Amino acid sequence: MHFKRKLLAKACILLTLTLMLALPATAAEKVLMMATTTSTDNTGLLDYLKPHFEKATGIELKWTAVGTGKALALGKNCDVDVLLVHAPAAEKKYVEEGFGVDRREIMYNDFVIIGPESDPAGIKGKNVVDALDAIRAKGAVFASRGDNSGTHKKELALWKSAGGVVPEKESWYVQTGQGMLATINIAAERNGYTMTDRGTYIKYADTLKGNPPLKVLVEGDAILLNQYSVIAVNPKRCPEAKYDLATTFSNWMAGAEGQKLIADFKLLGKPLFTANAK
Amino acid sequence: MDFILAGFFEAIRLLLGGDAQTWSAVAATLKASTGSMAVSLVLGIPLGFVLGYVDFPGRRQTRLLVDTALALPTVFIGLVVYAFISNRGPLGGLGLLFTLRGIVVGQTILALPVVIALSAAAVENMDRHLRTLLITLGASRRQLLFSSLWEVRFGLLAAGLAAYGRVMTEVGISMMVGGNIKWHTRTITTAIALETGKGMFATGIALGLVLIAIAFMVNVSLSFLRKR
Repeated sequence: MHFKRKLLAKACILLTLTLMLALPATAAEKVLMMATTTSTDNTGLLDYLKPHFEKATGIELKWTAVGTGKALALGKNCDVDVLLVHAPAAEKKYVEEGFGVDRREIMYNDFVIIGPESDPAGIKGKNVVDALDAIRAKGAVFASRGDNSGTHKKELALWKSAGGVVPEKESWYVQTGQGMLATINIAAERNGYTMTDRGTYIKYADTLKGNPPLKVLVEGDAILLNQYSVIAVNPKRCPEAKYDLATTFSNWMAGAEGQKLIADFKLLGKPLFTANAK
Repeated sequence: MDFILAGFFEAIRLLLGGDAQTWSAVAATLKASTGSMAVSLVLGIPLGFVLGYVDFPGRRQTRLLVDTALALPTVFIGLVVYAFISNRGPLGGLGLLFTLRGIVVGQTILALPVVIALSAAAVENMDRHLRTLLITLGASRRQLLFSSLWEVRFGLLAAGLAAYGRVMTEVGISMMVGGNIKWHTRTITTAIALETGKGMFATGIALGLVLIAIAFMVNVSLSFLRKR
């Protein structure tokens, strides 16, 4: 009995030690560090692109997936080499201020407004402005990211075009401060509406076996386009940033191989992104 | 609700099936927490011993500071460490950002107060007559120190375990300083946060169970030491 216990303990120690020593070998010396948004990571797009990119260029791609606000801040602090983000207005300002260079449009998906099938505010099929007006008039629950991400910025812009004021302090306006899927789940729990990028929505519908409680109610409006761009961190401000690797990445994403792979990336048979590099 | 049960089976599958991503997160968690615990114990036990044993001026105030540090929020530690090791920060040149070593720095700040405070408490609660007895028996200062340490070994073990629990389960530091980078700095806790954000609740539960299983193994190993 005592012997057995000793053996078990020894096995545990041994296993712990083995785990600590089993370091994953990082062979590639060329490493590109990217800050990107939760949407590109959560949909699995980057996991899908990474091996192709490494094979084509020999550069190891590493990324940290955060909101666009934080991604831009990481670039500002020279902590990453390249950005893949989607907040055109903020991006242009960022480049003007000299933090980033070579902004290049790569692909887009679109935003949709989703809500419960019962549709308490009756927004189905309306355009964005009318739909948001109806939600505001009804005081129906609306979940907002509230995290300064690209999606959040887009949503704020939409509220401004629909009546001018963001319903910041209204009790029905729920600011989650979390990622897109977490926000969709909160909207679903509260039987409310939210705005999401289509890619995350398809992924969400996929995890719920194609029968999600929230359905797409408003889509196809031109102002719902969601443009993604690659921006290299300005090498003049950040001498340690790997500008050459960032350029290789940008060229590959905008080139034939990257664009085809993006267009071929499907979930539930639906393409998630439309490649549109010029 | 059903995702809890699904998570349980998923946990078994991930562990026994040798899922590479899970094991990579397990390894990252163990490496970071082992590193930070080693530093915290080496620095913290002597400091805690001094704090609990020696009557120096300002001891009460120091005690107060250490006890307050027990309440440091992990996200805050993460943010402060990030500010220092960002390439724009004073220690940017060390290249600690987005590495396990960076996480170790943050976790050490988290664990050190726990080790100091609890080992100081263990030393304070030590039988006061022991010192007199040892001196009567003609012990040297060195012998006095080591006998006292041996006497409070279970208290120190408890201090280490409490600190280990905090270090293994924190998510704020690993997320902010490590960046949750797949195959590199993705720990079990940041993986749980990610999977939850993706709506994969069952995988999140599974990873949580994996973490508990590791904690169990660590405790089994230590209870063996205790028996001896």
